[in-house]
Amino acid sequence: MIAPPTASNVKEPPVLEVLDLVKHYPIKDGLFAPDRVVHALDGVTLTVGRGETLAVVGESGCGKSTLARCIMRLEILTSGTLLLHGKDISHVGGRDLRAMRRRLQIIFQNPYASLNPRWSIGSLVMDPMRLHKIGDAAGRRARAVELLQTVGLGAEFMSRYPHELSGGQRQRVAIARALAMQPDVIICDEPVSALDVSIQAQVINLLKKLQKSLGIAYVFISHDLSLVKHISDRVAVMYLGQIVELADTSAVRQRVMHPYSQALFSAAPVADPRAAASKRRIILSGDVPSPVDPPAGCRFHTRCPYAKDICASEAPQLRAVEDRFVRCHFAGEPGFPPPAPLSEGKYT
Amino acid sequence: MSQPVLDVQGLSVNFRTSHGVVNAVEDLSFQIGEGETVAIVGESGSGKSTAALALLRLIPDPPGKIVSGSVRLDGTELLTLSESEIRHIRGFKIAMIFQDPMMALNPVYTIERQIGEVLQLHLGMSRRERLLEAIELLRLVGVPAPEERVQQYPHNLSGGMRQRVMIAMALACRPRLLIADEPTTALDVTVQAQVLDLIQGLKDKFGMAVMLITHDLGIVAETADRVVVMYTGRKVEEGSVTEIFDDLRHPYTRGLLGAAKWEEGDGDMLREIPGTVPSPFDMPTGCSFQPRCPLAEARCLSDRPGLETFAPGREVRCFIAGEARS
Repeated sequence: MIAPPTASNVKEPPVLEVLDLVKHYPIKDGLFAPDRVVHALDGVTLTVGRGETLAVVGESGCGKSTLARCIMRLEILTSGTLLLHGKDISHVGGRDLRAMRRRLQIIFQNPYASLNPRWSIGSLVMDPMRLHKIGDAAGRRARAVELLQTVGLGAEFMSRYPHELSGGQRQRVAIARALAMQPDVIICDEPVSALDVSIQAQVINLLKKLQKSLGIAYVFISHDLSLVKHISDRVAVMYLGQIVELADTSAVRQRVMHPYSQALFSAAPVADPRAAASKRRIILSGDVPSPVDPPAGCRFHTRCPYAKDICASEAPQLRAVEDRFVRCHFAGEPGFPPPAPLSEGKYT
Repeated sequence: MSQPVLDVQGLSVNFRTSHGVVNAVEDLSFQIGEGETVAIVGESGSGKSTAALALLRLIPDPPGKIVSGSVRLDGTELLTLSESEIRHIRGFKIAMIFQDPMMALNPVYTIERQIGEVLQLHLGMSRRERLLEAIELLRLVGVPAPEERVQQYPHNLSGGMRQRVMIAMALACRPRLLIADEPTTALDVTVQAQVLDLIQGLKDKFGMAVMLITHDLGIVAETADRVVVMYTGRKVEEGSVTEIFDDLRHPYTRGLLGAAKWEEGDGDMLREIPGTVPSPFDMPTGCSFQPRCPLAEARCLSDRPGLETFAPGREVRCFIAGEARS
């Protein structure tokens, strides 16, 4: 097993460590059908430092949301280890699990689905404190008002209901609920992708402000690559249940080394027509293969423009290459990957 | 410029609700030429999808109603056509693709039957011709193994493949105008690039006009020729794609762009637009953007700014932008 990749500038021990995490979902085709499994996560290793933002990017089906659910222990791990402040939390239950969930919170994509419509905002924010038996009723109420103010909503929101709130306001309530437990890590699973463009910036700025004042670490799951480049400290690129590249965001802004990262970042539209006119772009053919039967060898070789024979037979390991970790046989070779072809004008 | 493919003038659409009448689209005018892509940009509630449905006369009446305006396709007025005449336009002269291909395809029909329906209805093809043409269309939009795919059902296909099937259906009759309503929002970014590339390539091949509805300014920058920015049912700015990105005039456009150009924003915080889009039942007085506008003055609160034309195809609805010029 490889050593857990860490950012070079992180000195203190990491808050959260994910070691060789595997999550397989069995599929039942019938009594006598051969057992098959969905390879949702296959050997994911990463660490999150205090106050750091680790972005996890990838397309649907790459396992990024499964990773979030596994870290929250909302799924039973197939194998692997989760360490929170160095303590193994992979199999804890009961009281220890509850204690762990105070340190780790999650915000979901859709604030229309994650808030109970029958509860007032006040009850929604006070509920986690009640469950964890923090303070008395009056204390919880005072704290809820304080939390709402922290996320930019006034005390008057205490008695309102989710349907009276806009999407951005609801996501603020979800953030207030997460903050109620004073967590060390918040998993943000696509926290702004359901919101309007003008509201996204408000919520992102709020998350950044909270990180600065409270030292919270974020595992920021997103498919918005320009956003990720802006807000994260490190980026993990996932493909079919594996990390294919893990690097400091500043290094990713310079260049990417894995052919999939190259295609992914080159496909992201940039809001600048002149840059678009001289853009280098790789358009991958085909779709992501099924995680039920991932390709042998390198999982990306079926779509990789640079694949050679070895890629189909031998699975590359995630290894240190220069300033980052890359899962590719050829990463680090001079001139690899070659620059993406220059697109002529706009598309095609 | 020669005659535009689509010419929309003064289009207004109202919805009657129990809370009163909502102006979903107000006095909207724009044109799209042959082989041109015009992006209609706006957030939810800006009226961009309603405008598209109004072009096809698909606004449910009641509660909706096209109260005024004119929509001309190659010079033919669409708003006064009879129901059977407009049905001949839909899918034949104007085709539309939607955000979610799973909702737009019929789950119990094969791909052959769904594409074939268009060909039968508008071109009167025989069964054998329809099958061959459906395979040809699937090949055109880059569906691998079209002979097999054509016999399959929508649930057998991935999201990107379904979107390609929808594009194949839309192109079956070589339409003059393709309306693409958030065509890639449900797709992953590498598949999005494939689909945008496909639409752009087919547009050039057939000389279609494309009306691209989106909220993603990255897609606008990479695919559109001209841009119409909408806010609360009104056009607030129109210009060529370079004018909108390099020389924007309206504070709302500036806010949208500031919120989208993330990697360029130096400093720690993103530029944000304060507040939220106003409720259609509780519209602010004066300019509808005034409560969120950093430049708002007293007259913005009392008077509604009109659309000011700076040059042909270059318009802004803002008092301050208008004066900055003169």
